[in-house]
Order: sequence, then C-alpha cells, then structure tokens
Amino acid sequence: MRPTFAGSGGLLAFWVLFAGLLAYLLAGPGGLTWTEALAVSVPLCIVYHFVCLSAFYSCRATPIERAGWIRLTFTHLTAALVASAIWILVAKILGEVLSSFSRFRGLDARLPKSYPLIFGLGILLYLLRVASYYVRFSIEASQQAREREMKASVLAREAELRALKAQVNPHFLFNSLNSISALTSSDAPKAREMCILLADFLRRTLGLGEKASIPLEEELSLIRSFLAVEKIRFGARLRMEEEIDKNALDVSVPPLLLQPLVENAVAHGIANLIEGGSIRLEARCENGALSIAVENRFDPEAPPKRKSGVGLANVRQRLEARYGHLASFRVNRSGEVFRVALEFPAEREARTS
Amino acid sequence: MTREAAEKIRAIIVDDEELARQVLREFLGSHPEIELVAECANGFEAVKAAAESKPDLIFLDVQMPKLDGFEVLELIGSDAVVVFVTAYDSYAIHAFEVHAVDYLLKPFSSDRFDAALARAKDRLGSKMPPAAELAAAARPPAQYLDRIPVRDGTRVFIIPVAKLDYAEAQDDYVALCSEGKKHLKQQTISGLEASLDPARFLRIHRSYIVNLERVARVEPYGKDTHVAVLTGGAQLPVSRAGYARLRSFLDK
Repeated sequence: MRPTFAGSGGLLAFWVLFAGLLAYLLAGPGGLTWTEALAVSVPLCIVYHFVCLSAFYSCRATPIERAGWIRLTFTHLTAALVASAIWILVAKILGEVLSSFSRFRGLDARLPKSYPLIFGLGILLYLLRVASYYVRFSIEASQQAREREMKASVLAREAELRALKAQVNPHFLFNSLNSISALTSSDAPKAREMCILLADFLRRTLGLGEKASIPLEEELSLIRSFLAVEKIRFGARLRMEEEIDKNALDVSVPPLLLQPLVENAVAHGIANLIEGGSIRLEARCENGALSIAVENRFDPEAPPKRKSGVGLANVRQRLEARYGHLASFRVNRSGEVFRVALEFPAEREARTS
Repeated sequence: MTREAAEKIRAIIVDDEELARQVLREFLGSHPEIELVAECANGFEAVKAAAESKPDLIFLDVQMPKLDGFEVLELIGSDAVVVFVTAYDSYAIHAFEVHAVDYLLKPFSSDRFDAALARAKDRLGSKMPPAAELAAAARPPAQYLDRIPVRDGTRVFIIPVAKLDYAEAQDDYVALCSEGKKHLKQQTISGLEASLDPARFLRIHRSYIVNLERVARVEPYGKDTHVAVLTGGAQLPVSRAGYARLRSFLDK
C-alpha cells in the first residue's frame, strides 16, 4: 500500500475550495489584492498537498489500534509542526520570488502578516490528512477481513462438497459386507451376486466424483445399483416404486445428488420399520424445470438416530451452491410419510456420441 | 447328560436383519453348550424375550427398529451378559471400551466370535455396567435424550421428554411423571439429570428434577425453602440450592 491518488476527485475539489478560502483570507484580513492572494494560495496548496502525503508514512508507522494516545499525539503533532514550518518557508520563498515581478512588488513585505494564519491552517490541514488516512486504513482493513472471510467460507464449502462426493456411508459398507459373510455359507451364488452388485456401486461412485454433472438416467442407475445391494440386506422389507418421465432422463444433474436422499430413506425410514415399506422416486420435467421427489414411510417413534451419513442439509447446500435461488428444496413430514422434493432448472448437455 | 443339559447357557440373538442373525446362529452352532432360546428382530421383541426366557447371554445389535440396543439394555436390567454387535459407530465403540463391555464389529470372523463368547462365559453371573451410564457414554457429544423408554412387565412405554413433567427419586428408582401417570424406572436421579437437556430440565431438590416448561410459579414455604407449583397442580419442594438455580434460570 502506497500513498495514491485514488479518490483524487474529492481531494481535488477539497484543495480547490481550500485554495479559494486561503485566497479569501489572504485578501481580506491579510490585506493582499485578489491577484496576489491567488498567486500565493494556489502554488502553496499544490506544494502542501505533496507535503501532506508524508502523513501516510507516519500514520502507517503508528497504527492507531496499537500506539498509545501519548505516542499518537506526540508523533502527529511534531510532524504537523514540521510540515507547517516547511509550508511557511515555502510561502516566504514564494513571496520573495513573486516580488521580483513588477506586478507583485512589495509582496514580500506584506505577506509575513499572514504567516500565523498560514501556520495555523497548515497544522490543521496536516492533522485532517492524518485523520483521513486512519479512516482509510480502517476501511481497508475491514474490507480485507471480509474478503478473507468470504474466501474461507468458499474454501470450506468446496472441501465439504469434495468430502460429500467421495463418501460412501461406512454403515452401508460394513452391513453389506456382513450380509455377504452370512451368504457365503448359506447361499454362495447369492454372496457372489452381492459382491458384484456392491463392487458395481462402489466403482460408479468413484467414477462420478470428478464430474460436474451427469444425465439423470445415470444417477437413477446408480440409485438402482445401491438399492439392489440394500435389497439383499433387507429382503422383503425394502420395496421400490418409480415414476419417471421419459423426457427427464437426459437432464443434467450434479452427481450423487439423489443417492444420499435414497440412502436416508433406507437408513431413517425402512430400517426402522419392522414390516418395512417402499421408497417412491418421482421425476418430472415441466416448463424447463426438473422436479424430483423421494418419498418413504417412517416410524415417528423410532429410536433417536445415531450419527449417520451425509444428510439432507448437504444436498440442500449443494443445490444452493449450484443453482442459487432457482432451486427449491422442501422436506415434508406428514403422519408416517416423509417426502423430500427438489426442483431446479433442467439443463441438458449436447449429446456427444 | 440331563445335568449337562440343565447347565446349558441360554442365549438370545437380537438383530433386525435376517442375514445378520444367520451369521450369529451359524457361529453359535459349533458351541453345543449354548442353547439359542430366542431370536428377535426388534427392540420390543428383545425386551419381551428377555423377560420371558431369562437368558444368560444376549447378542444385541445397536441400531434397530423401535428400541435401540442401549434402550433394550436399560429395560432388561443387568443380569444377562451382553455382547453388542454393530457395523460402525465410533461413539458406541468408545463407550464399550470405557465400560469394558464386549462387542463384535460386523463382519466378524468365527475366531473373533469364539473369543467374545469365551470372554462372555467367564463373566456369566457378573453384572453388566449400568445401562444408563453406558448409553450416556455412547451418545454423541452435545446430544441429550429426547425420549425415555420404561418397562412394565413385558410391556414397553416410550415417554417423550417433552411430555415428562417431573422426576422423583425413590430409592433405587426414579418415578417419571408424565400426563398424570407415574412410571418407575431403575435409574439414579443424577444419572437421569445428566442425560437431560439442562436448558429444559432442572434439579430443584435432591430428589426432584422438573421440566421448566411446567413450572407455573414458585412460592415461599417455611423459612428457607420454596415450593414449585406446576401447571398440572403438582407441588414440588425446592431446596435452597435448587431455588438459586431456578432463580438464575428465570432471570435469564
């Protein structure tokens, strides 16, 4: 950060006004003619503008939040006295130089009467400049803090999304492996089938992590392979219903957006029902928007849930991060039915194949 | 032979997944000294089976419909040796380790199962640690109870904490008063206090915890003490320390 001419419009206006004021004071109480007053005040103001820029360095060397009041007062008062003394010196030289022209003869004799005025104004101006730098510093500091905060929250969200994409719920994984372990002795072909289904699901999950979006059809197929694994685990307790519009299949969706919803429906819904239930999946594309709903029965008096997978909040955040206010996310519990409904703009990728 | 049969160890298996029960059944098959007396697919069945068939040994899943493993343990008392079975639950595993309760992580080998069984047999007849303490240790941080299961014979009642008016200590039990009824539960009042949200429940007396939403007013009673009058009309004694706590809460 250096002293710059940023905001110079306001500064210029200030100096023009001040040069006018100084000329008025020199002409009135100072007893100069208007021409003389202007000839002195304009160059003086130009010079003093540059002298005052030095306040930048003394302000930066004495940060207001850390330096004590005594040090602040001493530093800036000394600097103001010095700056103003330089100003007087410049005024004196200017008066002498101008006097050599016939028009301003005798100016060097009449000007000293105004020295106290110039000196006082010099101190005042310098201190004003000090104050304005401190204001500017604090504004810049708070802007930087805000930017840092924003950057940090963006980074945190990105990290969260990365983690979300890579996540396979360990509960799902270990329970599936346990089912396979059971089947190896009672039904070996079924154990092999489950191994393959599980591998298929894991492979797809890994592959999807890097993609920004996939056709809905692919997400649905991922969900089906997830449910095929869970179906072996839960047997007749888990049933599936689908109502998917054909024209929704090629709409682009963020990968693994719906799978957590279905996983939730199993873990918080079906798994808590003794007799099980069905998970209903709907997708519709109308007026340029894709609406998706996942619905399942649940037990309102289920045991309190112990920490589980990724959760609805994360899906909502991903939708928000991607579509902003164009997306909606609604959760509805009525009686024993739990329903999550999403709606977001239907974007389609040009077919490359 | 008859004598041996009489000494068989009675075991039950509790897991909501058929395949998970199948593994346990299969591994138990190679231990003729164990008699499998019941298989249960949810918490309610487990409480009923435990009351009816008085098992010595229980293999208990943690996540189940109706009641989870900790709630089941709370309701069946601590006479049977329990081996917990879970797929993945870092808080629960921490609690098992702290209280030296054996557990099996799914999927487990027959060797691991045999080791757990051998350890369980050594402990037959010794008591399990208090279930409420175990459950409290297994609860994720900053989470409080939102329901309390109680048992009457083989029947189970679930009291949502929002419907709990107050709790009163009675020797080794607490009486939970909810909607005009009293349910007895084997637990200390301090244990109950620790598992309830302190922003909603307050210990107002050595023997009483009150639901703050139910307190209609507090009146002086005698020289140093007060009574809390609940919206339902019940009057509970408030100790001096309890009154200070109540005051600081009401002033907030």
